[in-house]
Amino acid sequence: MSTIPIAQPALEKPWALPSRGPVGMACLIAAESAIFTIFVVAYLYYIGRSLSGPSPKEVLELPIFATVCLLSSSLTIHFAIAAMRKGKMSAYSFWWFLTILLGSIFLGETAREWFHLIYDKGLTISTNLFGTTYYSLVGLHAFHVTVGLIGLSVFMIFALLGKLQREHSERADVFAMYWHFVDAVWVVVFSVVYIIGR
Amino acid sequence: MASESLAVAGIGDFKRPLTALLNDWVVTVDHKRLGILYILYAIVFLVIGGVEATIMRIQLIVPHNHFVPPRVFNALFTMHGTTMVFFVAMPVLFGFANYLLPLMIGARDMAFPRLNAFSFWITACGGLLLYFSVIGGDGLYGAGNAPDVGWFAYAPLTSQVFSPGHSTDFWVLGLLVSGIGSIGAAVNMVATVLCLRCPGMTLGKMPLFAWLNFVMGGMVLLVISPLTAAQIMLSLDRYLGAHFFDTQAGGSAVMWMHFFWIFGHPEVYVLIIPCFAFASEIIPVFSRKPIFGYPIMVAATVTIGFVSFSVWAHHMFTVGMNSYANSFFTITTMAVGVPTGIKIFNWIGTMWGGKIRFKTPMLFCVGFLFQFLIAGLTGIMLSAAPLDWQLGNSYFVVAHFHYVIVGGILFTLFGAFYYWFPKMTGRMYAESLGKLHFWLFVIGFHLTFDFMHIPGLLGMPRRIYTYEPGRGWDVWNLICTIGVFFQIAATLVFVGNLLWSMWKGERAGSDPWDAWTLEWSTSSPPKEYNFAAIPVVRSRRPLWDIKHPEDPDWKYE
Amino acid sequence: MHLANHVGPGQWAPRHGHLRAVRRGELWRASLLLLNFLAGCFLALPPAFANGPDASIPNIFKPESKPADLEFHLALFVLAVCAIIFVVVFLLISYSAMKFRQRVEDDGAEPAQVYGSNRMELAWTVIPILVVLVLFLASARVIHSVQDARKPPGVLEVTAIGHQFWWEFRYAGLGVVTANELHVPVSNPSKPTPTFLKLLSADTDHSFWVPQLAGKTDLIPNRLNQMWIDPHQTGAYVGQCAQYCGTQHAKMLLRIYVDSPEQFERWLGEQAKTAQPSEAVSVGRRVFESTACINCHTIAGTVANGRFGPDLTHLMSRATIAAGAATNTHENLRNWIQDPNSIKPGSLMPAMKLNDQDLDALTAYLESLR
Repeated sequence: MSTIPIAQPALEKPWALPSRGPVGMACLIAAESAIFTIFVVAYLYYIGRSLSGPSPKEVLELPIFATVCLLSSSLTIHFAIAAMRKGKMSAYSFWWFLTILLGSIFLGETAREWFHLIYDKGLTISTNLFGTTYYSLVGLHAFHVTVGLIGLSVFMIFALLGKLQREHSERADVFAMYWHFVDAVWVVVFSVVYIIGR
Repeated sequence: MASESLAVAGIGDFKRPLTALLNDWVVTVDHKRLGILYILYAIVFLVIGGVEATIMRIQLIVPHNHFVPPRVFNALFTMHGTTMVFFVAMPVLFGFANYLLPLMIGARDMAFPRLNAFSFWITACGGLLLYFSVIGGDGLYGAGNAPDVGWFAYAPLTSQVFSPGHSTDFWVLGLLVSGIGSIGAAVNMVATVLCLRCPGMTLGKMPLFAWLNFVMGGMVLLVISPLTAAQIMLSLDRYLGAHFFDTQAGGSAVMWMHFFWIFGHPEVYVLIIPCFAFASEIIPVFSRKPIFGYPIMVAATVTIGFVSFSVWAHHMFTVGMNSYANSFFTITTMAVGVPTGIKIFNWIGTMWGGKIRFKTPMLFCVGFLFQFLIAGLTGIMLSAAPLDWQLGNSYFVVAHFHYVIVGGILFTLFGAFYYWFPKMTGRMYAESLGKLHFWLFVIGFHLTFDFMHIPGLLGMPRRIYTYEPGRGWDVWNLICTIGVFFQIAATLVFVGNLLWSMWKGERAGSDPWDAWTLEWSTSSPPKEYNFAAIPVVRSRRPLWDIKHPEDPDWKYE
Repeated sequence: MHLANHVGPGQWAPRHGHLRAVRRGELWRASLLLLNFLAGCFLALPPAFANGPDASIPNIFKPESKPADLEFHLALFVLAVCAIIFVVVFLLISYSAMKFRQRVEDDGAEPAQVYGSNRMELAWTVIPILVVLVLFLASARVIHSVQDARKPPGVLEVTAIGHQFWWEFRYAGLGVVTANELHVPVSNPSKPTPTFLKLLSADTDHSFWVPQLAGKTDLIPNRLNQMWIDPHQTGAYVGQCAQYCGTQHAKMLLRIYVDSPEQFERWLGEQAKTAQPSEAVSVGRRVFESTACINCHTIAGTVANGRFGPDLTHLMSRATIAAGAATNTHENLRNWIQDPNSIKPGSLMPAMKLNDQDLDALTAYLESLR
């Protein structure tokens, strides 16, 4: 098979392109942001339009503790990766575990809040427009937290099996982008649901 | 050896056992094979979608016809639209992008080969899921019949109340699933263009094909998600009693429209931009000149990408928005015609002063130019809200968007098929049959879609399974249906040509068109690793530089 | 190999080559397309100018009312501008395709390699922007004059409610309820009496479109839309639902009768009356009142006050039944009651499954409702 040979002129500068991991994750984050935007728009549009049922002011309490946990987990994951870059794998494991713990507490708090809303306040997804938009938006976020926790756990398992090394820090960094995104979304959800919407 | 080229493409080395052959294609992560899989998948659904269209046109050939009952007709237009957009146009464009992007930028594969394979297979599953609704009879979990809510599935028609059974759910699930595949493919396209270009290929030196597919990929990331979100909301409504679009509970039917069209309008630009890419590769080569105004072409495309996100409510001019909203969407829609027009002028500028060779790919691209011009102008007519109040939701709109999709997208796609067929298979197609395909299709296309504008002007709405005689629509519907048969004949010639040429076509070298982009420096078909050594480039047309060493492009760019 | 000329983006290369006879193919192609387009336009003319006020061709180019008039004039303007653009660009494409084709005697050299021209780019950016501005201003004017038209006091107001698959019309304050066929008074340009319509929906999305009178406006559940018509010519105008609303969207037809003021007054008077009882059809009336009919239909002056189906009080004053799916004849009415799916498969009226005797009596009763 004949091919046309391409000349190899020398380049003035070294050829450096962005690495595909962060770019790919940034793309995924863009797509996920678009989904969240639509749910946020629906939430905002339907504020005050429920025909009946409990209103946000009546039933919502600020989830301060859960928020602090989740936002701290962004800090802990940052420390974890910093440790991994220096090769301090046990410090990494410690901070990473703390991240999972904080994320799990957040989910637990969400579950507790939902239990309270459903059984004590009678608010479900089918009660009224508030119920519909609240559970879907917070639920979508909680789903993303869950996926994040699963990913974090996979990393944890590999760390405990001793298979994670310093050179995996780039991959962990890409995953951390996702986790930071989940936290940023929570800031938006919190503002929309518990501040603007109440 | 005869079978060697086919073997390298994996198409037909019949010395290997069939199981090994199938296995190669099922577990492959090679972008070339996945590209071909996407394209073959799309061709199958193109035929299915074409059959659906033919049945509809036969039903409409005379008023009060009884070819199919109303519910079947309503399912047909729903399936036809959904199939053509999601299981023909998107896959075939992803297919060409997958095949060509790495070759054009001097890479060995896409950025995420396994994600690539996953994206293809999940898209394929989505299509099968949608069509399962057709065969899943009443007894099978109440699957019932194919969805009949229109491809845009307006609420509250899609609520449980008005669409009991599961046919709507198949529409939702099929598209949700294939939407995941689309996002995966788009992630790949963006990452590949940003991260895998060969040394020397700055963004300003990429082929326009790479630029336009990069913009398309970026758009897909933002465009598919609103549809996904809306479909999740619809499913919550249907199954968990949510009230997103439940008008009885204060929900808004118009909100579905907003979410759908925020997806739906940029989506059609997602579909046409890769077709602009085909034209931007084919027209220069067959005019023997570089593309006229490369930087402006890039800027115009990026502009179209952004502006297209601001026009969606021109599908909702009749919904009762206030006059300021209607005026806003009128001007944004007209505005998006400006960069589009710039591109048409640049293609003419490319042809101007050239030495045009009218091979089949170029014929289709010139046809595209004429037809896209008309399509754009009928779009301008529709963009004026008061005109849309009359012509919206009528056959004028159907004629307009088929002019874009068939006259624009499909024509450039045919051009692309013929242009890259030698590269993908190592064989030339039969040129005379290619020209026959072109002329037959032109006749059929114009018979059907030129005259389809007229019933719209005479008050015929769309999505009706029959119409009243004596409203002046009869003869036009008859002519439109006749055109369909020319298009069928043309498509048969096309498929026959491709099949016959794959085995019996004349051998094509690596560069049968004397072209200038990197894919033409590989063998036909390319080896699995694409390039023996990663090329280093200095201009937008690396092969021109090699063929004209005394006068290379990089001196002038 | 010959040296190809290169021209940078700021310059414009000289043309090469002489004029020669072009091959027929491309000329045919261009002519075919142009001919097609012109033929299309030409053939549209006869219907456009056919028929007077009784036209049953709902041609948007034959408006007989505001706002269809305003939309028509805008359409002509936009069409003219687009036609000019079309001719110019069409000629450019045809010319470049024909003039710059490779000649048979070609020497194989590459033509001048032109990369672009900033001046041309500027020209074909600025001019389209100006065109867009002009078209936008023309459109915005019409948008405002239609949508922001003030409602004169004392004007006729009708509420249209869209149902699957029929139209309900209520003349608020006048005590008139009818279905599928709307009557409005003609309007005198010196002293306009437009009709304002409130648009609501009982179920899914619909759209009200009678092309010769106005552009379409949607009927959307949980949303109040408004439109108005100001017809200046009496006659019957046809239209139909223009937003897919379900199985029988295709047969949700519409008629608007624009009456002279006297005709309209007379019609109103007739419609406001309740149903006159008559001994001759008492058997049929009893059948009506003892079956499920009264659950869906209203006949003023009787116990029937259902709202799910059309008001039947003056059924025989209408030219069609089943929202235009069939003419209002004895045979059609009888078949409709017995088996609606024979006329409009998928409509929401159930087959009443009456025996022949009851069916005949019932039909006779309905035919007494003038």
